[in-house]
Amino acid sequence: MSMPFYVAPEQVMKDRADYARKGIARGRSLVAGVSADGIVLVAENPSATLRKISEIYDRIAFAGVGRYNEFDQLRVAGVRHADLKGYSYSREDVDARSLANAYAQALGQVFTHEMKPLEVEILVAEVGPDAADDQLFHILYDGTVIDEPLRAVLGGDAEALGERFEADHDPAADAATVLRVAIRALAGPDRTLSAGEIEAAMLERNGDRRTFRRLTDDEIAAAIDPTDGASDDADSADPADAPQADSDSADDSEDPATGPEVAGDPADVVDAVLEEPDGDAAGGDGEPAG
Amino acid sequence: MTLPRFTAHDDPGPDFAGLVRRVGLTPALPGGDLPSGLTVPHGTTVVAVRYADGVVMAGDRRATSGHLISHRTIEKVFPADRYSGIAIAGAAGPAVEMVTLFQLELEHYEKVEGSHLSLEGKANQLSQMVRNHLPAAMQGLAVVPLFAGYDTARGIGRLFEYDVTGGRYEEQDFAASGSGMLHAGTVVKLGYRPELARDAVVDLVLRALWTAADEDSATGGPDALRGIWPVIATITASGYQRVPDDELAERFEALIEEIRAARSTSGPAGGTLPGGEAR
Repeated sequence: MSMPFYVAPEQVMKDRADYARKGIARGRSLVAGVSADGIVLVAENPSATLRKISEIYDRIAFAGVGRYNEFDQLRVAGVRHADLKGYSYSREDVDARSLANAYAQALGQVFTHEMKPLEVEILVAEVGPDAADDQLFHILYDGTVIDEPLRAVLGGDAEALGERFEADHDPAADAATVLRVAIRALAGPDRTLSAGEIEAAMLERNGDRRTFRRLTDDEIAAAIDPTDGASDDADSADPADAPQADSDSADDSEDPATGPEVAGDPADVVDAVLEEPDGDAAGGDGEPAG
Repeated sequence: MTLPRFTAHDDPGPDFAGLVRRVGLTPALPGGDLPSGLTVPHGTTVVAVRYADGVVMAGDRRATSGHLISHRTIEKVFPADRYSGIAIAGAAGPAVEMVTLFQLELEHYEKVEGSHLSLEGKANQLSQMVRNHLPAAMQGLAVVPLFAGYDTARGIGRLFEYDVTGGRYEEQDFAASGSGMLHAGTVVKLGYRPELARDAVVDLVLRALWTAADEDSATGGPDALRGIWPVIATITASGYQRVPDDELAERFEALIEEIRAARSTSGPAGGTLPGGEAR
């Protein structure tokens, strides 16, 4: 079979978009929602040290899904953008909107001109004096910016997760309630998540200069329904799941929301945060030369 | 403003001052001496003392340009971050700019790296900033800070003084900087005991600044008329906390009373001159 000399631009873009979407859908999910006390950001993250949710500036937070090294580089670039802007002008002049636009520009540039798109989706959140002033910007792998009013869902099986979260999320509720609803939505109907598998943070509406705060394991555990606490530990520590997890990691058609990494060896789980499972990218699309 | 992105080998890391230079926001300094007509305000006399709960830092409020008072309310003691403080003496403009950059440097590191710098790391960072400022210092724009903080790892206060070349010296008891440093330092030295309580050490630094103001025209004393008091802050396990002005007003009242009482007990109508003549 001879190599084609011409590939339609639509096909090139579609291939890139599919590639990026697959990479993102393989990973774990993240939700963010407005509450009375501020913006709550919750991610499924088994690692205690590698962060998906971070501080950018006084009232601005960053969250990413997908390839860890790629969205972490974007995170650092965002911190630099914000600190330089605050240094050149003033702290009040740093806002999430201009940062979101800068991210959109960078991601769009890479999507169009680089060999491979960034397999990331990122969220830039800014807390305001009232819930009505809170802002959530969802930036996709190709530079599309979506201004979400009350909640945002990234990664994994975003549609199903979004429906679950939207059904129960009340923006006027307090932060602990929104946290509980978010964790339930992330877990889905089939499983329960323990505090060790959740990373959560808030931008608090408390009048301090720096509003970003990571929620402690105790706060997360308290938000998870107490009657599920015992069964959570049993599920996540069950060694019988380990062999199943290994064989599932090679299966491309595995439901991405639960993924192959529900339980089992911690090393597998950290690797899944850092890297895509090998062999799946070519396997899903048919012949590599196509 | 675009997103600053660097290749892996070019990356300035968590160094905010380096990032500022890289994007070209630091203007090049002009060469040669400052023309004599260009007067630059200078700020003076800051002092830091270790005590039972941590460290206290204090500074007066005056800035002078030559013989003229250019500012009455300039602040010279700032929180560098939650558990440390920086006090400046020298050319006021470059000094305040160094403080701003230092505060940003610490916060930037924390956000990029995800962890706090150690107290020693912060002191070292400031040392490098003072060293990089040496060309300006040689033109007459010297900045000589004090740095102090609460070391959460060891549970004690620590303080560092600097020289104009960026040399860093950790002091065990106290340090002073500025044109009134010898007067203030001597007063602290005479009153210092290890593990002083908070009230005693605040009174001690008050007296030190008052004495410096009494001897050095470039150091400002307390101004009860306008309600301008020195900036005094404690740095302890509870973090950087500024001593409120009304407490300082009361303490100065007590200090003035003490001095007045000491003067009136030295003899009839204020004492006698040597040789027996009445004043």
